[in-house]
Amino acid sequence: MTLATMNGQDVHVDDEGFLTEYDEWDHELAKTLAANIGIELTDAHMNVLEFLRADYKEQGETATLRRVTTMGGTPTKELFRLFPKKPAKKMAYIAGLPKPVGCV
Amino acid sequence: MKRMLVLGAGTAGTTVVNKLRPRLDKREWDITIVDQDAVHHYQPGYLFVPFGTYSPEEIVRPRERFIPPGVELVEGEIDVVKPDERVVQLTNGTVLDYDQLVIATGVTPRPDQTPGMVDEEWRRSIFDFYTLDGAVALRDALATWNGGRLVVHITELPIKCPVAPLEFAFLADAFLRERGIRDRVELVFVTPLDGAFTKPIASARLGGMLDERGIVLETDFMIERVDPSAKTLVSYDEREIPFDLLVTVPVNMGAEFVARSGLGDELNCVPVDKHTLLSTRYDNIFAVGDAADLPISKAGSTAHFSIELFAENFVHHVKGEPMTAAFDGHANCFVEAGDGKALLLDFNYDTQPLPGKYPLPVVGPFSLLEATTANHWGKHAFKWAYWNVLLPGRRLPLPALMTTAGKTREEVSQ
Repeated sequence: MTLATMNGQDVHVDDEGFLTEYDEWDHELAKTLAANIGIELTDAHMNVLEFLRADYKEQGETATLRRVTTMGGTPTKELFRLFPKKPAKKMAYIAGLPKPVGCV
Repeated sequence: MKRMLVLGAGTAGTTVVNKLRPRLDKREWDITIVDQDAVHHYQPGYLFVPFGTYSPEEIVRPRERFIPPGVELVEGEIDVVKPDERVVQLTNGTVLDYDQLVIATGVTPRPDQTPGMVDEEWRRSIFDFYTLDGAVALRDALATWNGGRLVVHITELPIKCPVAPLEFAFLADAFLRERGIRDRVELVFVTPLDGAFTKPIASARLGGMLDERGIVLETDFMIERVDPSAKTLVSYDEREIPFDLLVTVPVNMGAEFVARSGLGDELNCVPVDKHTLLSTRYDNIFAVGDAADLPISKAGSTAHFSIELFAENFVHHVKGEPMTAAFDGHANCFVEAGDGKALLLDFNYDTQPLPGKYPLPVVGPFSLLEATTANHWGKHAFKWAYWNVLLPGRRLPLPALMTTAGKTREEVSQ
């Protein structure tokens, strides 16, 4: 657990840079996190991020791709377009949530 | 009379009734268990069928043989659970009421969920080994196969026994060497994960084992569809992986009645408290074994360890007392490495598989995360223990909760 400074504020992150405090996240921070991995946020991105944030609050775990598709209503193909290559990991990173655990 | 109704007479359901019958007063509690067919499969044995190590006959037994006296076994397909009326309806019209319901209907491979998988190449060049039919069909295909690209593929996590696809790749490598055609085979392991396995130390160790065997690892591959005419796997980000022989692990989903009853998540698994297995929505419904949404391996060992604690809790729960035993996600699994050796993994919700000895520190006899002959014999002896100790609900001489005694973290950086 370390402190990082983003947008002039201190935030807690793990060793891969994922935020560890749910409440330290806001929309401005999301833009910065997205920019860190080369993504410019649009409304389509924000819809997905809002679903992830709400679902995490309820479930206590980061949603899987399937969950975002079936419960959040965004097709998997679209998730790959919005968050190329590694959507599950990138979505969680930008949404300020823990990296999703592959359930093993 | 009150009734405990258990849905599914597989590993978890059978163990539950064997553990609970002696603990619940017969004058107060009826126990009924329902399954859709009469045959119990030793599922860990499927892995060995394609290589001719186990015959299909060795891994099936009549279910009734494992159901104790004082428990009624009902054969029938479950249509729907009506939690508000506390009844379960079967498709043949039978209605069973309950005071406590235990859902133990597991998960099933669903190749139909991936476009192109069950079309014209299914069971011709596309096989699964998580069903007995599939394992037998694959055995016949492998026996006469002349080489080419053999692709071992995981569709999506979670799956039952998540190390089995890796074991399949290791065993296939050894099998093809024995048949003298390994040099004519390109062996590829395709996974949606970012490594051979999820947990870092085990992933590094198992990834190294793929390397040593010349097995190519393709990571982060989220399949969108199979193109059966071109014989390729196509991912959502438009990568293509060609195959001559595909051994796939389809997405695993819980039973359809779970969805129909409004009890399931996006994979038809039942959301439960991860320490007590009690439904998050109904205080008289539990889900045990693979049917639950626990964030840990879907495996017989998980079912076994969790049911030890569940049984203890259940007798308190039905008396209105608090449940004090807490399941920690303990799981362990032998990983066949080929050539008569195997590894052993032991882990829980919080602690990843570490190197060391098990179950006794230093002494073992099993070695964690290391390929040994003792582990291999442990894995095969387990078949006997499954039928004779585990299903009848007898205690294995292993603690239900995980321990870190005998394990080391020093090797973490290797």
